[in-house]
Amino acid sequence: MFRNQYDTDVTTWSPAGRLFQVEYAMEAVKQGSAAIGLRSKTHVVLGCVNKANSELTSHQKKIFKVDDHIGVAIAGLTADGRVLSRYMRSECINYGFTYESPLPVGRLVVQLADKAQVCTQRSWKRPYGVGLLVGGLDESGAHLYYNCPSGNYFEYQAFAIGSRSQAAKTYLERRFNSFMDSSRDDLIKDALLAIRETLQGETLKSSICTVAVVGAGEAFHVLDNETVQKLIDAFEIAGGEEAPAAAPDAAAEEGGAADQGAAADQGAAAADQGAATEEGVAPMDI
Amino acid sequence: MTKQAANWSPYDNNGGSCVAIAGIDYCVIAADTRMSTGYSILTREYSKICKLADKSLMASSGFQADVKALQKLLAARHLIYQHQHNKQMSCPAMAQLLSNTLYYKRFFPYYSFNVLGGLDTEGKGCVYTYDAVGSYERVGYGCQGSGSTLIMPFLDNQLKSPSPLLLPAQDAVTPLSEAEAVDLVKTCFASATERDIYTGDKLEIVVLNADGIRREYMELRRD
Repeated sequence: MFRNQYDTDVTTWSPAGRLFQVEYAMEAVKQGSAAIGLRSKTHVVLGCVNKANSELTSHQKKIFKVDDHIGVAIAGLTADGRVLSRYMRSECINYGFTYESPLPVGRLVVQLADKAQVCTQRSWKRPYGVGLLVGGLDESGAHLYYNCPSGNYFEYQAFAIGSRSQAAKTYLERRFNSFMDSSRDDLIKDALLAIRETLQGETLKSSICTVAVVGAGEAFHVLDNETVQKLIDAFEIAGGEEAPAAAPDAAAEEGGAADQGAAADQGAAAADQGAATEEGVAPMDI
Repeated sequence: MTKQAANWSPYDNNGGSCVAIAGIDYCVIAADTRMSTGYSILTREYSKICKLADKSLMASSGFQADVKALQKLLAARHLIYQHQHNKQMSCPAMAQLLSNTLYYKRFFPYYSFNVLGGLDTEGKGCVYTYDAVGSYERVGYGCQGSGSTLIMPFLDNQLKSPSPLLLPAQDAVTPLSEAEAVDLVKTCFASATERDIYTGDKLEIVVLNADGIRREYMELRRD
């Protein structure tokens, strides 16, 4: 992907029928630290890698509770993610107020997608530079969706976004057939293993990752460090084969402190590294 | 041309009474469960007590449709607060929010007479009493509703601390134990039920303390 004369405005088409600004926004998602999601019939697990910029600062919050039955994990410009989470929370509260029932996940992601689409068709706006993995439960069961800056959304059994997410996706592709009938704890174990894949050899510790669960009869909450570490220990010692004993449910406790400084996500220059897009294949077609 | 009077009113009074008493480390909130309109009973089993946050409960009498709308609004506002602050609202914070919410409709008020009870940030019992447009005050005990004129003098007789003009300032909590306070509330309602036609059927008592929330019921006269 190289700089060209059609990429200045989001409202300019290229001769090949591409909107480069939107594609660049999707690049921003790829530069963010990894986030993964998987779901079974009854639960959805979201996880992310939390790397702080320096030792002096705490890591940024990438998993947000949207409502008791919906949570979101983001990758990309965390500020954009925070703003969209606030919008999602507001929508859930308003729907609950009007209809006295939880907002169905499918409807929320459509609203989110439409909101993102607006930014691809106004010359005075820019696309949101964040990808969202929306996990939630409603009457029709457990769902996991991916919302991207282009305004598209897709439903997944399992997915990973952000940097080095391909490693996690490979792992998930091997195992996804078993997810639908997985138990809650097996699903969390798979999430942790998928996160480990993105670390490329670095030891998986609860201090560098965050895991959140939502399920039937279980409101969305982030698992606290202790619980996560116990789960990590359970399968790393066992060599990654046995399912860990059911870990006690942690009370709802947010895993990380608030953001500090600019996201590392924003710093990377657009043109270098990252997955190079083939010329002629618009990524939005995937 | 003679002045026209309205041929309908947006308000109705569904009756009932509410009481709250603050203790050293507990708070008792109670209300009857009768909902009426005019001289008829709509239902004998309607709860006027609503949990707004972990440590705040609100009991409201008056026009229950307005009460319900107010409760929903406060619940939604509390959700927003939790998302933004990552914690539950304290009772004093909720008290201020309720006051602001009521005043917001100063010129088309919520016909809701509220008593807010809970534990403050130090774990001590607190009760706030309101009028329909948000004027509020922290007190040691309060009551609202159709039976309030009967209950309040009795509570004053039993609980009133010496004049607030005396120094040092008295704490706004009763020296009663939790069991004594619950007993007092039962006595209040038993008496009010005798003479107030809108109070009766069943008494719902909610006790909030460090261990959590406890609910109990007592039968009242159904006539």
